[in-house]
Amino acid sequence: MIIKPKSSTDQEPILVLEPGRTEKNYWADIWSFRELFLILAWRDLSVRYKQTIIGIIWAIIRPFLTMVVFTVIFGRLAKLPSDGSVPYALLIFAGMLPWYLFSSVLSEASNSLIDNANLISKVYFPRLIVPTATVITALVDFMISLVILLGLMATYHFAPGWNMLLLPLFIFLAVLASLGPGLWASALNVKYRDFRYVIPFMVQFGMYISPVGFSSNVIPEQWRLLYHLNPMVGIIDGFRWCILDGESPIYWPGFLLSLVVVTFFLWLGISQFRKMEKTFADLI
Amino acid sequence: MSDVVIRAENLGKKYTIGHQAVSGRYLALRDVVVENARTFWRKTSDLIRGKDIVQGTTLEEVWALRDVNFEVQRGEAMGIIGRNGAGKTTLLKILSRITESSAGRVTIKGRVASLLEVGTGFHPELTGRENIYLNGAILGMTRAEIKRKFDEIVAFAEVEKFLDTPVKRYSSGMYVRLAFAVAAHLEPEILLVDEVLAVGDAEFQKKCLGKMGEVAKEGRTVLFVSHQMGSIKGLCPKAIWLNDGHIQNAGIASEIIGAYLRGNSDLVRAERLWQAGDAPGDQSIRLLAVRLCQPPGSLSNLIDITEPMEIEVEISIISKSIDVNITLEVTAQDGNTVLVTCDLFAKNYQERSPGRWSSVCYLPAHTLNTGIYYLSAYGDIPNVQVLFREYNVLSWRVEATDQLMNRYGMDQWPGVIGPGAAKWRMNRCN
Repeated sequence: MIIKPKSSTDQEPILVLEPGRTEKNYWADIWSFRELFLILAWRDLSVRYKQTIIGIIWAIIRPFLTMVVFTVIFGRLAKLPSDGSVPYALLIFAGMLPWYLFSSVLSEASNSLIDNANLISKVYFPRLIVPTATVITALVDFMISLVILLGLMATYHFAPGWNMLLLPLFIFLAVLASLGPGLWASALNVKYRDFRYVIPFMVQFGMYISPVGFSSNVIPEQWRLLYHLNPMVGIIDGFRWCILDGESPIYWPGFLLSLVVVTFFLWLGISQFRKMEKTFADLI
Repeated sequence: MSDVVIRAENLGKKYTIGHQAVSGRYLALRDVVVENARTFWRKTSDLIRGKDIVQGTTLEEVWALRDVNFEVQRGEAMGIIGRNGAGKTTLLKILSRITESSAGRVTIKGRVASLLEVGTGFHPELTGRENIYLNGAILGMTRAEIKRKFDEIVAFAEVEKFLDTPVKRYSSGMYVRLAFAVAAHLEPEILLVDEVLAVGDAEFQKKCLGKMGEVAKEGRTVLFVSHQMGSIKGLCPKAIWLNDGHIQNAGIASEIIGAYLRGNSDLVRAERLWQAGDAPGDQSIRLLAVRLCQPPGSLSNLIDITEPMEIEVEISIISKSIDVNITLEVTAQDGNTVLVTCDLFAKNYQERSPGRWSSVCYLPAHTLNTGIYYLSAYGDIPNVQVLFREYNVLSWRVEATDQLMNRYGMDQWPGVIGPGAAKWRMNRCN
């Protein structure tokens, strides 16, 4: 099951199942199921907008309207300052990109195990595949939003600089940041369905405590480092730094702190997931 | 050296289940509040200690499997039988790594695929073609493997015309056929199958069984759970009988199945006994028992078509000799009468004196075709008096184990008389 047997029969993998035994070939096992990962991702993508009228346009409308509302509320009504000479709409959109990526991975990953309960209880495969496959759908939506961003930048005659080349790195960071809590929540969700209600609330809440609708420069200097305990602060700042061509500088101590928090949550998520995954089929 | 591919040692699986306390008919609000507070407290403390939340007011630990030991050799087909809740599915789930055991250990050599359900992961919005790839991948096939077998799968499922239709528009028959077709083309070294053949129409079931038979013949190891004793007998030379989570018996399939059927009251019985008080009849005669036997003398209601069977009716003549006549009527599942016969045909037919008598009806092999039959027993003094009429006292199933009948993948031949009842010969005429 783990590795396909080679030609001679004595090369066959021997699998020992015992309670509490940790898998030696855990990661190799996942790698051998990479096709399932792709197929699950493809399934989620292809059914996502089935039987809707405007289909993929939903992926455009949602972030666009949010951007409009935020620009009006934070920019026009609250009159919060932008970074340098950046148009407020651009500032918001650059912050919303990573936030939507983060929140859709987090919320879809956390429900993914329950949504695939029939698979979990009937077939074996490395369980980690299910929540991680949701990343692909979120990334596709993200790419669509990225196109809107480019359109928006063209409208404002805002040319990107070389920083833009580092964007993939920050996208990767945003995915890692969401996977940590996402994996943990998905496992907890199997055991305690309360998390089904906690996650949407946290996502909604998080949007206001993260610098999505405003620049993190409005945070008073003495609180800035503390503010970066929220890992999305560092990532959103990074996105703005890439997209807005250095108009919004990165606060490095804070960014490093955010990285530490991301790593911690990733470790926590994976280890908690591994601890609980063997009982999923019994609990789901 | 023996080549063991699956070895289970002291395997056990424990579940904690909750019971909702049975309360009286009237429940005061105070009780509800107290009860909820108590459950809340228990759940919270479980949460803090990281234990699982179980619904219910009282908890109980149940061992779904306990001290299970067995070995399966390479290329062996092993049947697993037992009543509902005996732990059959739990065993397959542990072997296929869906769930973890609570005790003991299993050693498995080779690639395992499990089939606990057909169509796992089918998505209604996706087309037949897409679902073949999806389901194949879920069952552990690679894309290349599916591509190679794609045409074969489609042909097996007979859904060529609807390949690009979402499966939610499929009839349930088509859906099941497609689902099974994918599963049937799995090629693992070890295949675990749970009761999935009981799907689709009779004809398709036969096709599936045929396919499973091929798999077993190709030298792959198969563990097969079923309630259809006929399929187990046909596919598996060996069987394990699970009862309440432990192995009751294991060995040669036909012997285990025989023992299981005899010892199992859940199945329709092969014997019907009456107590003296409520036995049918009157003051002159009582019906004591009706039995199905195969081979003669041993009770069974799973009848092998290639073997003769006997129906025995036991009566007690109470006061004086009478000229009683025992009649048997056999009806098929559709209610049509297949056979009516009586012991008047007995070579040694005689008037019966007081005491216990039995009339035995011998049906040669191949008399009845495969299927389910019901037996009614009547006792009367011809043209004078009806003594008893007992309808549908027993039922039995005739199973095809005949190689000839399976030869064309068609176990269920039409007609009520077994095809083997007809004697054929060939002559060369030139």
